[in-house]
Amino acid sequence: MTASRLAASGDRIDRSRLVRFEFDGGSLTGFAGDTIASALLANGIDLVGRSIYHARPRGIVSAGPEEPNALVRVVWPSGVSEPMLRATTVPIEDGLRVASLAGRGRLETTTDPGRFDAANRHCEVLVIGAGASGLAAAEAARDAAPADRVFVIDAQPALAGPEVQPDTTALGIYDHGYVTAVQRHPTPTTDGRLWHIRAKRIVIATGATERPIVFANDDRPGIMLAGAGATYIERYGVRPGERAVIFTTNGTTDAVAATLGAAGVEIVATVDARAGEAVVDTLGDDAGRISGVVITSEGAAPTTVEADLLLVSGGWNPNVALWAQARGTLRFDERIAAFVPDGRGPGVPIEAVGAAAGEIEGIGELRPLWVVPPHGESGGDTSDPWIRHYVDLGRDATVSDLRRALGAGLTSIEHVKRYTTIGTGIDQGRTSGVVTSAIAAAILGQEVGAVGVPTFRPPTVPVSFAQLAARDRGALADPIRTTPIHPWHVANGAVFEDVGQWKRPRHFPQADESMEEAVLRECVAARSGVAVMDATTLGKIDVQGPDAGVFLDRVYTNTFSTLKVGSCRYGLMCRADGMVFDDGVTSRLAEDRYHMTTTTGNAAAVLDHLEEWLQTEWPDLRVRATSVTEQWATIAVVGPHARDVVARVAPGLDLSTEAFGFMTWRDAVIAGVVGRVFRISFSGELAYELNVPTWHGLALWKALIAVGEPLGITPYGTEAMHVLRAEKGYPIIGQETDGTTTPQDLGMGGLVSTKKDFIGRRSHRRPDAARADRKQLVGLLPTDPTALLPEGAQLVSLDADLATTPVPMLGHVTSSYRSAALGRTFALALVKGGRDRLGERALAPLVTGTVEVEITGSVLFDPESRRRDGEPPA
Amino acid sequence: MLLVPCPWCGPRAEIEFRYGGQAGIAYPKDPDGLTDAEWVEYLFLRDNPKGPWRERWVHTAGCRRWFDVTRDTLTNEFLG
Repeated sequence: MTASRLAASGDRIDRSRLVRFEFDGGSLTGFAGDTIASALLANGIDLVGRSIYHARPRGIVSAGPEEPNALVRVVWPSGVSEPMLRATTVPIEDGLRVASLAGRGRLETTTDPGRFDAANRHCEVLVIGAGASGLAAAEAARDAAPADRVFVIDAQPALAGPEVQPDTTALGIYDHGYVTAVQRHPTPTTDGRLWHIRAKRIVIATGATERPIVFANDDRPGIMLAGAGATYIERYGVRPGERAVIFTTNGTTDAVAATLGAAGVEIVATVDARAGEAVVDTLGDDAGRISGVVITSEGAAPTTVEADLLLVSGGWNPNVALWAQARGTLRFDERIAAFVPDGRGPGVPIEAVGAAAGEIEGIGELRPLWVVPPHGESGGDTSDPWIRHYVDLGRDATVSDLRRALGAGLTSIEHVKRYTTIGTGIDQGRTSGVVTSAIAAAILGQEVGAVGVPTFRPPTVPVSFAQLAARDRGALADPIRTTPIHPWHVANGAVFEDVGQWKRPRHFPQADESMEEAVLRECVAARSGVAVMDATTLGKIDVQGPDAGVFLDRVYTNTFSTLKVGSCRYGLMCRADGMVFDDGVTSRLAEDRYHMTTTTGNAAAVLDHLEEWLQTEWPDLRVRATSVTEQWATIAVVGPHARDVVARVAPGLDLSTEAFGFMTWRDAVIAGVVGRVFRISFSGELAYELNVPTWHGLALWKALIAVGEPLGITPYGTEAMHVLRAEKGYPIIGQETDGTTTPQDLGMGGLVSTKKDFIGRRSHRRPDAARADRKQLVGLLPTDPTALLPEGAQLVSLDADLATTPVPMLGHVTSSYRSAALGRTFALALVKGGRDRLGERALAPLVTGTVEVEITGSVLFDPESRRRDGEPPA
Repeated sequence: MLLVPCPWCGPRAEIEFRYGGQAGIAYPKDPDGLTDAEWVEYLFLRDNPKGPWRERWVHTAGCRRWFDVTRDTLTNEFLG
């Protein structure tokens, strides 16, 4: 094949704008408007890669998204790259770097630097495809709907006019008129845009794709779909060869022949299946390019003609992928020997028009010819004569593979697809799909329509993950929530952890401290001096209304209607299945108002839970629940010296144990701001949780640090908080529990009322909830006090035979820490029948060796709670 | 992605909603009066019909209201 640029013609290129790009390291030029494929042909480059498995030389087959061969890696001047694109769909631009591929690309290993976005569009009518029939449909739609409510997209660059959204390919049709589409380079600064379109009516005007005919050595460079040959001449001013053979089954090649003739291409033979003629084989030159075509006519001996271009038309397949995705049915139309839209699917009205509906212009009479059987030597050096009859060039799948699949008993076209991988390549069966069905039908002795085609699924063209993510990447993937005190944490070297969307300080290392050292220091401060923690992230829900008490009695396992105004109570919440859902301290602010707190990560779920029960089961209750998490900054002041510190920021507040007892709260002026002080403790130490309006959170924090400085006030993070609470056996919902844990399993049966109904109570009466071997919360003390168990470690009995699997499991470690207060390591665990095993030993078999542990009660520090009012008398 | 008919906000994209499963499963008036099997039925067992069925949605990213709607599980069409 000797392709070259013609002196004239090419309505898509701008000959006044020369474009320089690189192909496989060499510098080439083309014109603005060229695709990589047309520019390569214009430069006489017809061998563009090797095939994926057989390493056969391959050329450009098509001029569109059906291209199975010409796959390239592309790097744009901006640095954005794509590992595998079809050379027929990518426009060239200055500085573009293109590399040929052997059938497949390599995933990029670096972050996609592309800048992608997304947009929404709602319309009365969506027209997909701006060919003649699409434009006519759009014109008609504009008569009935406002012009701006008719949205027309087209996969090609801007040609049709300003009312068409160019470069935009529909990817998929979903329920209720939802269509996704991808637009390449919508603006100079955006690499791509994902369109979310919602249409009341959809017109599919996606045209048709020419299909090949399968014959021996049908994959050589220089063998091209006939229409593509004409496209290169008319659109790009590129002559794809000098001596052409046309192999056709239908009338559409008449126009191709005229175009070739006008461009000076010599047509050395027209092989017309309708006249009983066929191409049975091709010959190649040293590089594998086509050099000759072997032709038979019914009853005559094969003849060979010299040619550098073989243009093939097996007919045209309407592009029905979108129609079928929308659950429209297909029927095989014998007139054009192709699948056409039949009954439309459910949902919004969808209509196919033009070639997509099977109206192929100029097709005339068609005689189906799918595959030309091998003649004489076409098997070459192998005994299988079908080994060079390529069906799917992108997959190197041949008739031989197809026969093997059918011979193995795979009769469903879906199974054939999966076994042979035909149709799973980048072109998604655009060239191979119907041909495969027809060959399978012939072998199976069935009608093509009965065999059908594999299910069409989105996306219709490959689309990168970065494009799908659009702007929802990196910092924009999910909101990041920070507390008003966050800037101080950052300035003071906090190491953060993510808790839901929140950034929480995990610990505050000093100088060269390791995390372990920092956490031990922070714990010591909380147990022997004073420490502060930013607890703002705690979920807070304002529950108001005359029936608030009744409501909370139904939501919590324990009773809140009897709680006195000014008091706080720890509560447990279950779901209807009886499993623990959340916990937290809820305080009564007034007769008809409670301040509920929830686990940080569960706040939204708890509010949803409350709303669901209020709205769907108890609409008679006069209660409203509102999130106030972000309205209050919460700071825990913890430790034997906590009272001294709080006294300095809230001088008007009587902090004596008699006046302000454990589990009560008070209004107070704190650092000059009206707020609330709660005497609750998540560490067992004397502790106050100060709440001020969020705006004042940072100022209060700084005030506490300042007044506490003489007392060595120490900020601490979530890790120390976890150690302190675990020493006291306080569970964390979601860490000690896993959705199969009841309050009784946690040893909190005392918080489960027997006097009222609440969500989940009936489930606690199921026999399963009373099983003696349920996993129960216990403490673990490794025999070696320095051994730190990994969280999640499984526990087995002392006499377990570790060689015989599966080894019966006793339970698992839920939390594990080094404790400054205990001077050793410890853990919490869920252990089968754990409370009956106290004092027993068990084993944790680890990769690094087996650790022996003693099973203990879950409260390992200050079990009598003597420290909650401050340092107890010695 | 469905277009869910919120009775308060009108048709909105499915991502604004949370699904609530079968509608009309009331919390039993007297849980203690139920056998374990009946309680399990309330908790876990739901119909799975092909065709129209009544289901619940909550417009979590909108008005936050729960509502019931009939949807054909075969076609996904909302029938009111």
